[in-house]
Amino acid sequence: CWLMVVRKWEVFPGRNRFYCDGRIIVARQCGVLPLTLGLIVVTSVLFFIFDCPFLVTHLTICIPVVAGVLFLFVVITLLQTSFTDPGILPRALPEEVTNTERQIDNSGSVTYRPPPRTKEIIINGEVVKLKYCFTCKMFRPPRTSHCSLCDNCVERFDHHCPWVGNCVGKRNYRFFYTFIVSLSFLTSFILGCVITHLTLRSQGDKGFLQALQESPLVVCFFSIWSTLGLSGFHTYLVASNLTTNEDIKGSWSTKRGEESGNPYSYNGIFRNCCAVLCGPMPPSLIDRRGFLPPDVIPRTVASGSELHPFMAKNDTNMVRVFASAPSFLHPRYPKINI
Amino acid sequence: MVKPLVTAASTLASAFLPLSLCRCPTGKDDFSTGIDPPPSLGNMATEFHNLQDLRHTATLATKVFIQRDYRDGTVCKFQTKFPEELDNRIERALFEDTIKTLNNYYAEAEKISGQSYLEGCLACASAYIIFLCMETRYEKVLRKISMYIQEQNEKIYAPRGLLITDPVERGMRVIEISIFDDRISSGSSSSGSSVSSGSAR
Repeated sequence: CWLMVVRKWEVFPGRNRFYCDGRIIVARQCGVLPLTLGLIVVTSVLFFIFDCPFLVTHLTICIPVVAGVLFLFVVITLLQTSFTDPGILPRALPEEVTNTERQIDNSGSVTYRPPPRTKEIIINGEVVKLKYCFTCKMFRPPRTSHCSLCDNCVERFDHHCPWVGNCVGKRNYRFFYTFIVSLSFLTSFILGCVITHLTLRSQGDKGFLQALQESPLVVCFFSIWSTLGLSGFHTYLVASNLTTNEDIKGSWSTKRGEESGNPYSYNGIFRNCCAVLCGPMPPSLIDRRGFLPPDVIPRTVASGSELHPFMAKNDTNMVRVFASAPSFLHPRYPKINI
Repeated sequence: MVKPLVTAASTLASAFLPLSLCRCPTGKDDFSTGIDPPPSLGNMATEFHNLQDLRHTATLATKVFIQRDYRDGTVCKFQTKFPEELDNRIERALFEDTIKTLNNYYAEAEKISGQSYLEGCLACASAYIIFLCMETRYEKVLRKISMYIQEQNEKIYAPRGLLITDPVERGMRVIEISIFDDRISSGSSSSGSSVSSGSAR
């Protein structure tokens, strides 16, 4: 193929990194994701090596089976939370921006300092302010927030989690919730099993091996409070159909402890849980692996180092001609003067 | 030296142009991974060719953006208010019918029903691996929407010099309707319904 093919992820404006030709998306700062993964894997492996043989012989074979299933759940959901597009909204195209700005100018006042750009709408009887995002150049839909770390507007923005190295939003919230719940179960399970092991075992020699066998206990003991606490907090959020962002800002709390002002709630714990966790899975809006239309391929990509394998690397003139060839060849476009 | 090169490029590219621009989805069309270009992209090129056939010298005059209607929450729904730019272009009833049908499609995609619960619970039980293997209900409905928009463009909008862009290509924020002028343009560059490109490079 002689045409320059550029996938949309290659020109994505946000602060994200892409792997496997756009299939995997992560935030540029991966945070402490390697640490999270490392802690989980090392603790579980130590548990399997040192505690499981004893417990299998003295109790039941179900213990490593349950631990294995939980471990798989935790790792898979963690990777899915980290590598899934959280619900990034693509930035507005130039014509849309001009249209929006024209509408703002028409309705706003003519002062030297432009007024803050907000739009008020009514959702289910509550007044909601939609803010204009200066980076993405659009009015943010309700519950959308701009993540400064990833430089993207994310739908139903919950928070940016450094432990998973990604934002948590509409598309990956259920993965995140499953991750923290299964992690709580795994941590509690390992803690319980290790305590059982240590109490059942006859007194042995203290030494390095003993310390190593007790390390899952230590890790689990310290992490169980945070994982259980986080799971509990997010269960409350799911049941009230709130995001961490809204809860922290106190967007809907009218009186102390009363959340009746939330216009997105279905007014029922079960219904809220089903809506948040079992609702339909929306698609990714950024279309990472889609192809850019040939006439909008930026020059920096066309003449830069990102060349299609069929292109000659040392002939930039040829590259420029080929990059614009589809435009040139389209019957509507004028001929190129060379 | 460049001219024969360009001629060679033109013959080759004209053979390959339909492949890269107008590739239609085959089998599973995965919106989230974009294995194939979005069907609308190929359809837009096809639509543009149809527009060309109908209006040989059509140029893009302006674009109208139909905004989202958030009164019922975050569900995907577009305003049915008739924009004044389309006043003498298309009948109100046709326009409203299109928007209402689109809204119904999106409501169907986002409906929280027994089937979506089942899908959600099964997905949770499999640690969400089935999302990697199966096409979700939402994606299936989006394909139906795409075909509906193509059909509407062919039957109703193209003959009136209009073109609807699938909202999924604009982040589900707006329905972009391109209005084409049917005046003859003298030598000026013309563009498709995407971002207007420059003239000679």
